[in-house]
Amino acid sequence: MPQTPHTAHARLLDEVGSVDQVGVEERVAKFATRSIKKASKVWGLRTAVSMTDLTTLEGKDTPGKIESLCRKALRPHDDPDIPTVAAVCVYPSMVRHAKAHVGGSGVKVASVATAFPSGQTHYRTRLSEVRGAVADGADEVDMVINRGAFLSGEYSRVQDEIAGVVEACGPAALKVILEVSELETFDNIRMASFLAMGVLRPGDFIKTSTGKTALNATLANNQVMIEAIRDFFLDTGIAIGMKPAGGIKTAKQALQFLIAVKETLGDAWLTRRRYRFGASSLLNDLLRQIEKEKTGAYQAPYYFSDAAESY
Amino acid sequence: MSPPSPGRIPVTKTPKVYVGGAFVRSESARTFKVSDATGAFFANIPQCTRKDLRNAVEAAAKAGPGWARRSPYNRAQILYRLAEMLEARSGELVTSLVRFGAREADAARGMAVGVDRLIHYAGWADKYEQLLGSVNPVASAHFNFTVTEPMGVVGVIAPDSPPLLGLLSMLAPVIASGNTVVALASEKVPYPAILLGEMLATSDLPGGVVNILTGFRRELVPTFATHAHLRAVYAAAGADERKALRLGAAASVKRVRFADWSGKEWFSDSAQGLGPIRDFVELKTTWHPIGS
Repeated sequence: MPQTPHTAHARLLDEVGSVDQVGVEERVAKFATRSIKKASKVWGLRTAVSMTDLTTLEGKDTPGKIESLCRKALRPHDDPDIPTVAAVCVYPSMVRHAKAHVGGSGVKVASVATAFPSGQTHYRTRLSEVRGAVADGADEVDMVINRGAFLSGEYSRVQDEIAGVVEACGPAALKVILEVSELETFDNIRMASFLAMGVLRPGDFIKTSTGKTALNATLANNQVMIEAIRDFFLDTGIAIGMKPAGGIKTAKQALQFLIAVKETLGDAWLTRRRYRFGASSLLNDLLRQIEKEKTGAYQAPYYFSDAAESY
Repeated sequence: MSPPSPGRIPVTKTPKVYVGGAFVRSESARTFKVSDATGAFFANIPQCTRKDLRNAVEAAAKAGPGWARRSPYNRAQILYRLAEMLEARSGELVTSLVRFGAREADAARGMAVGVDRLIHYAGWADKYEQLLGSVNPVASAHFNFTVTEPMGVVGVIAPDSPPLLGLLSMLAPVIASGNTVVALASEKVPYPAILLGEMLATSDLPGGVVNILTGFRRELVPTFATHAHLRAVYAAAGADERKALRLGAAASVKRVRFADWSGKEWFSDSAQGLGPIRDFVELKTTWHPIGS
């Protein structure tokens, strides 16, 4: 029998199980009620710094801007005890510039690829973009899935494309961006997570969003994805990482995401090898709160290399 | 309050504080009881915490650039419009002041002075620059001039007496030059400041330019002193608080100014003028080459 999109959908959903939307929303509402203070707060803030993929993905990125981003990644604030961030995340053409500054430091260079953010170009072009980024020195590749294919029910094509990118990555780790805001439902997010994880290697990641659409990472879609990671791990023993990206701007939000990770996946995922934040403005707010915990005084944002006005 | 008609359930008001253009409760959900001059229970007023102060500073900082970019003429119009709004609703404010112990005549006069004071500073808004700025003679081939700039977010700590005129007299010169304000209302008589917030909300003043908190001075004054995002503090304070403010402000090199008027002095013309405007601007001097 030919596989129609409808039966393909039903089969995949049957395989991975559906998501209880009300249940997820209730669950994540609870994460915001946890009281994290003092030493545990400082630990959470520092851990979040170490998990940050410091990102710049703009048309006006220049080698100079990448250089200042890399300096910030290596030394986020004047306090040398603050850890470096996990990675800098840039466009493929900027990989070699970033590599020149952070290479050998432990800070990884991540490159978006595969016609980020839409993914709407020929498959062979997307693959060659991945190979180019890795050849330039990218340690990690952030790909986007083919949402058009996913939404028209061509699930094997989506998965085959991811498998192709895994191969093209070679030694580089892969992060698969589902672009959750374009997947419409929690069921779809869970299905796409499983499609990706089925062909990923241990140490690869799934990621919420490109940050280029209206709705980005939320506690709810993070929860759907980390529950998928948990279920996949319990089934197969393969540990996949997670990266929420876009829309996480405050330290308070970051702590809530860490609480979700701790209570869903456990301490084994509270490391930058398995959990990342894709963010640009988050880092400064984390530093601001760390400094506040240290000095007891609320800090002004312009103490933290913000491009803020005099206010 | 008019006597309730028989059988009608009284509709009481929950006062909220005006922050970022919205009416909010304290994030802590704490309140404190306020009684009127007869000792009768009046209302539960938000007992704001340092976190509320932090949130208010964020709101004020967000509103700041837009307010500072407005033309001085436009700021004057908005202050004048605010005076109009207060004049139209001065009866309500006078009633609230009397309810908390002011003599009717004093309250009415205080309101009139308060409205006039807003108009006074509305007048200053497009004129202080001509007096505080200057063109400076220099020996080299430069056109050298000094202009003022607003400082940023300024904390205002209002007196207990007079609660409303004191608050108005301290707010107006600070916002006239393009600063934004986080104010702490009188602890003893907070309700008129809550009414003022309701009037600010219906004036043309953009949300976040003035934020008014209520609560306990002993809980909030230390945070006013140390919060680094506040560029200055303008306080009506006693000796101990003055010391605490100066010490706390030192680490962030914050400007601290005190309102030195007391009692009747608040009502006089000596409690207004260019001085309080000058206290909350920065001077910027530019050296512009003009050739030899």
